[in-house]
Amino acid sequence: MIKKILIANRGEIACRVIKSARKMGIKTVAVYSDADREALHVKMADEAIHIGPAPSAQSYIVIDKILDAIRQTGADAVHPGYGFLSENSKFAEALDKEGVIFVGPPVRAIKAMGDKITSKKLAAEAGVSTVPGHMGLIEDAEEAVKIAGQIGYPVMIKASAGGGGKGMRIAWNDAEAREGFQSSKNEAKSSFGDDRIFIEKFVTQPRHIEIQVLGDQHGNLLYLGERECSIQRRNQKVIEEAPSPFLDEATRKAMGEQAVALGKAVGYFSAGTVEFIVDGERNFYFLEMNTRLQVEHPVTELITGIDLVEQMIRVAAGEKLAIRQDDVKLNGWAIESRLYAEDPFRNFLPSIGRLTRYRPPVEGRREDGTVVRNDTGVFEGGEISMYYDPMIAKLCTWAPDRLTAVRAMSRALDDFEVEGIGHNLPFLSAVMEQDRFRKGELTTAYIAEEFPDGFQGVSPSEEAAKVLAAVAGLINLRTQKRGVLVSGALANHPRTVGKDWVVTLAGHSFPVSVRDEGSKTTVVFGEETPLTISSDWLPGRPHASFVVEGRTVGIKVQPAGSGWRLRWRGIDVVARVRSPRVAELAELMPEKLPPDTSKMLLCPMPGVVTSILVGEGDTVEAGQSLATVEAMKMENVLRAERRGVVKTVAAKAGESLAVDELILEFE
Amino acid sequence: MSAVLEQLEQRRAEARLGGGQKRIDAQHAKGKLTARERLDVLLDEGSFEEFDMYVTHRTTDFGMAEQTVAGDGVVTGWGTINGRLVYVFSQDFTVLGGSLSETHAQKICKIMDMAVRNGAPVIGLNDSGGARIQEGVASLAGYADVFKRNVDASGVVPQISVIMGPCAGGAVYSPAMTDFIFMVRDSSYMFVTGPDVVKTVTNEIVTAEELGGARTHTQKSSVADGAFENDVEALEAIRRLFDFLPLNNREKPPVRPFYDDPSRLEMRLDTLIPDSANKPYDMKELILAIADEAEFFEIQEAFARNIITGFVRIEGQTVGVVANQPMVLAGCLDIDSSRKAARFVRFCDAFSIPILTLVDVPGFLPGTAQEYGGVIKHGAKLLFAYSQANVPMVTLITRKAYGGAYDVMASKHIGADINYAWPTAEIAVMGAKGATEILYRSELGDAEKIAARTKEYEVNFANPFKAAERGFIDEVIMPHSSRKRIARAFAALRGKKLDAPWKKHDTIPL
Repeated sequence: MIKKILIANRGEIACRVIKSARKMGIKTVAVYSDADREALHVKMADEAIHIGPAPSAQSYIVIDKILDAIRQTGADAVHPGYGFLSENSKFAEALDKEGVIFVGPPVRAIKAMGDKITSKKLAAEAGVSTVPGHMGLIEDAEEAVKIAGQIGYPVMIKASAGGGGKGMRIAWNDAEAREGFQSSKNEAKSSFGDDRIFIEKFVTQPRHIEIQVLGDQHGNLLYLGERECSIQRRNQKVIEEAPSPFLDEATRKAMGEQAVALGKAVGYFSAGTVEFIVDGERNFYFLEMNTRLQVEHPVTELITGIDLVEQMIRVAAGEKLAIRQDDVKLNGWAIESRLYAEDPFRNFLPSIGRLTRYRPPVEGRREDGTVVRNDTGVFEGGEISMYYDPMIAKLCTWAPDRLTAVRAMSRALDDFEVEGIGHNLPFLSAVMEQDRFRKGELTTAYIAEEFPDGFQGVSPSEEAAKVLAAVAGLINLRTQKRGVLVSGALANHPRTVGKDWVVTLAGHSFPVSVRDEGSKTTVVFGEETPLTISSDWLPGRPHASFVVEGRTVGIKVQPAGSGWRLRWRGIDVVARVRSPRVAELAELMPEKLPPDTSKMLLCPMPGVVTSILVGEGDTVEAGQSLATVEAMKMENVLRAERRGVVKTVAAKAGESLAVDELILEFE
Repeated sequence: MSAVLEQLEQRRAEARLGGGQKRIDAQHAKGKLTARERLDVLLDEGSFEEFDMYVTHRTTDFGMAEQTVAGDGVVTGWGTINGRLVYVFSQDFTVLGGSLSETHAQKICKIMDMAVRNGAPVIGLNDSGGARIQEGVASLAGYADVFKRNVDASGVVPQISVIMGPCAGGAVYSPAMTDFIFMVRDSSYMFVTGPDVVKTVTNEIVTAEELGGARTHTQKSSVADGAFENDVEALEAIRRLFDFLPLNNREKPPVRPFYDDPSRLEMRLDTLIPDSANKPYDMKELILAIADEAEFFEIQEAFARNIITGFVRIEGQTVGVVANQPMVLAGCLDIDSSRKAARFVRFCDAFSIPILTLVDVPGFLPGTAQEYGGVIKHGAKLLFAYSQANVPMVTLITRKAYGGAYDVMASKHIGADINYAWPTAEIAVMGAKGATEILYRSELGDAEKIAARTKEYEVNFANPFKAAERGFIDEVIMPHSSRKRIARAFAALRGKKLDAPWKKHDTIPL
C-alpha cells in the first residue's frame, strides 16, 4: 500500500485529497509557491515543500520541481488533483521513471484523451456518438473562417489542449470566427503553451451532462451515474448536480455504457469523466474525456456514497475495485455551487484580495436529514490571489429529492459569510430561487437567457420585503433599547423607545408596530396579521438566524449609516427604520441619482491593460472592441456599448488599473 | 382662565409656523427641513424644551418694525439624545433668511451659557443668510458675542456644528471654532467671501458648490469633518456621534452595554501584514477587528486619508483611534495628516477620551511642497498634541515605525502608557535600503555587498526587539490577540491620573 502521497496541487482539491489520504492512514506532502506560503493545504499536510514563485508556470506545473519535492520527502505516490499537471502525460511518464505511483489513469489513456482531436477519432471508433466538426489543425484565421463556413454557424473554436473554458470561443459569423480564432490561440499559448486550435459544430439548446467512470488495473470499469453541469458562464461550470433532472434510465444506461466502451478502448483505470452534450431530444454527443478527478466530483460522491479519491488511491496501489456495476445505486439528489471570487454585478469579473471574513455553514447532516458539505482551500484572513483560479469553495447539499436539496442549498448559501472581496454568492442564491431552475429546465445558455442584461441583484417580492422588514423591526428595537442604556442620561427622564416604526426598503414602506415579548418579537403590519419573529441576534452580529412565523431564515446584517444592510436569497437592500415622525420628514428628502458613468469606459476588474484599440477622435460602433485587459490570465475584450466618439484615452497599454479606473471617455 | 390658555396655544402655534407656510414649502422644495423639523430628527421624541419662542428683534430701520416674527429666526432650547442632555440652536431660514440679529444672537448665547454652566454639549444647526444687514453693527456684535462663547466653551463642553444651508462671511467663524463641523451635500455651503466677490476681486469664476460645498470642505480644505446625503441622514449620524462623546470635561466618556467579547481572538489578523514590505493593507480592518461590534465613527474620512481618525468603543467605552493608513501614500505623515490627527488628539485629550494609536508609518513625506508648506511646524502640532495628552494612551506598532515619525506616533517617550508591537514591526531610524546606503556609502558600487548589508540590517534592526530590549515596547504581542491585549491595557489604565504643571496655556505651534 502507498505510505506517503504528494499532492501536486493547491487549493481546495489539495485539501480534499489530504482528507481522504489521512482517513486511509497515508502521510501527505503539500507543495506550495510563494503565494501559497500560508495556504490551507500547506497547514493541513504532514509535510510541505516550497516549489518556486507564484506563477504556476514557474511552480505548480514545473515537473522537475515536483520530482525534487518527491525525492526530498520520499513520497511513493502523487495525486495530481485537477488542472496543473493532472492531464500531462509527460508528468505521468516522469513519475513512472522515478518509480513513483501516479494516482491517475495510464499514460496512454492520458495521451489519447488529452488531445481533443485524437480523442474524438477514438470515440467515434469505439461507437460513441460525436458532434460534427473539423478534426484537423487549423493554420490561420482565414482557414478558420472557411472551415466554420463549411460546418455552418454557430461554431465552437477550441484550444486542442484546452479545458475549463480557457481558449474557447463561440462564433456566429465570419468576423467572430476570425477574432475568436486569434484570441483562442493567444489564450491557449499563454495558458497551456500549446496553441493548436480546432472547430466544431455548436449544438444549440444543449445540456452538459457527464458520466463518471471508475476502473481498476484488472480490467474492471464502471460508470457511477451522471452529473449535469449545464449552469455555466463563459463555458465555466457554476452549478452542478447529480443526477440530471433530464435523463431517463435508458439514456443514462446508454451514455454510461458508451463511456465505459470508450474507457475500455484506451485501457482506462482510475477515475475519469466522459463529457457529453445532450440536446432537447436527449440525443447525446461525446465532447471530451477528462482523465482526472473533476472539480464537481463531490455530487457523485454524495449520491453514490463512494469516496472517489480513496478509490483512485486504492486503484493506483493495484487494488481491485470492491464494487461492481450492479452495486452502484444512485441515492437522493446532490447539488454543488461553486463559490467564486467573481463579481456578479460586474459580469463575473475576478475580484482579488483578502478574505476579511470567511464563515462557511456548518457541515454534516442537519436535523431535517439534509447534508451540507463544503470543500474549500481558503481561510479567514487568507488571500484570493491573481495567480490562480478564483474559486473560494464548493458548497454541496444533499437531500432525498431535488427540491429539498435546492432548498437546503438556499439555506446554506444564506448562512455562508464571505467578506472582503466580490463574490457570486448572491448570484447563486438568485438561481436557487428561480422557478426555471427549480423545474430543472436547464441548458448551457441558462445564465445568458435568464440574465440577459447581466446580474442586477434580486429585488424582493412583497412577501420577502415583509420578512426583511420584520427582521429590521427586531434589529432596530434591540439596537434602540440598548442605545438608551448609555451612561449619563438624565435621571428619571429617560427616552422611551416607542412601538411604532416605519421600515423602508427597496421602494417598500411598511408602517409597523413592534412589540418585544421576551424571546419573541411581534411585528404588526398595518391592519394585517402580525408576524412573530425570534432570533438570538444582538447588536454587532453580522449574521443570524431569524425564525419568522416558524420559518427559519439566515440573514446577513450590517450597519449602513443609520440603516441596516440586509442580505438574503440574493437580495441586498438597505432597510431604514424610523419613527413615524422622522419617516414622514424623510419623505421630504430629495432623491439623488448616482453620477452618470455612461460616457466612460471604466476598468471592470483589477488587471493590466494589454492593448488600447482606438484613438482619440475615433468613431466606434456598438460592439466594437475598445481595449483588452488581462486579469487572472484571462484576456478580456472591452467593447463599446453604443456608437460614439472617443474623447480622451486615459490609460495606456501595460498599465495596471484598479476597478473603476478610467480607460476611455466618450464625447 | 381658558381664554388665557388658548392665547398661549395660539402664540405657540404662530411661533411654530416661523416664516409661514409658503416659506416652509420653499424650504422643502430645496430638499431642506425647517428648523423645528430638524430638531424633531435630532432629539429624542418629545424631549425638546424651547426657550425664547416669543423673542423678536427691536429694529425699526428699513421698515423692519413691520417684519417681526416670533423667535427671530432661530429656535433654541434643550432636549435629550438617548436620554442625555444637549443644548441646541437651529436657525430658521424661513424667518428673514435665518439672518442673525442682536436678539437672535442673544438667544444662542443664552443656551451656550447654560450649556457651560450645566455641563452639556451644544449642537448648532446652521442655515442662515448671514448678518441682519438692517441692524448694522448690532448684528456684528451679536456674532462676536457668539464667537467669544464658542471659545469659552471650547474644551469645557463638546460643540458640534451642522451646516444645513448657507453659512457665509463672518458667520463661518462660529462653526469654525466648534469641535466638529458636518455638512449636507448639495444644500449647504460655507465660505468667507462668496462667488460674486471672488469674481470681482480675483477674476476667478467659481460656483458656490465648488467654492464651499460639502465636497470642497471634506476633501480639500478639511474645514468639515464629514458630509451626509440629506438633512435626515446628517442628523441621524449626529445622534450616533453624540453617543460617543462625554457631556463635559469633568465627566468620563459614556459607557454603553456591549455584546462583544473583550477577549475575542481574531486569527485573520495573523495574516494582515503582507509578505512584501511594499504591499499595502487596509488599516481599517484592524480598527474594526479591535472595536466593539466592529463599529467605527470616522472623523474626516475624505481628507488626508493617509491617516485615519475616529471613535470606537472598547468594552463599551469610547476610545479615539489614530491610525496610519498604508493604503494611501504608504501611510506617511505630511502636513495634512499631521494637522488632522493633531486636532483629533487634542479633542480626545480635552474630553478624557482614551487614545489608541495604530502605527505603520514610513516617515514624513519629502518634497518642496511639504517643506515650503511648513511641514516642520505642522508635524510639530501632532508631536505637541500627543506629548501634551494625559489621557490613557495605548499604541500598537503593526509594521513600520521609522525615524522621527516613530517618535511622533504616540511613542513611549512622549507619554503613551502601553506600547505594543506585532512581531512584524520594524522600529528603526529608516528602512533597510536607505540605512545601508548611508552606513556603507563606500560599498555602493558593489551591488552584492550592499545586498548582503541590507539583509544584515533587516535581520538585526527591522524588528520590534531592539526597541523591546530597551523597554520602549512593553511587549511584542500576537496579532490575533490584539483586541484582548488592548482592552486589558485600557481596563488597567482606567485609574490613570496625571497632572500637568500649572501654566496659563501652552504655545502650541499653530
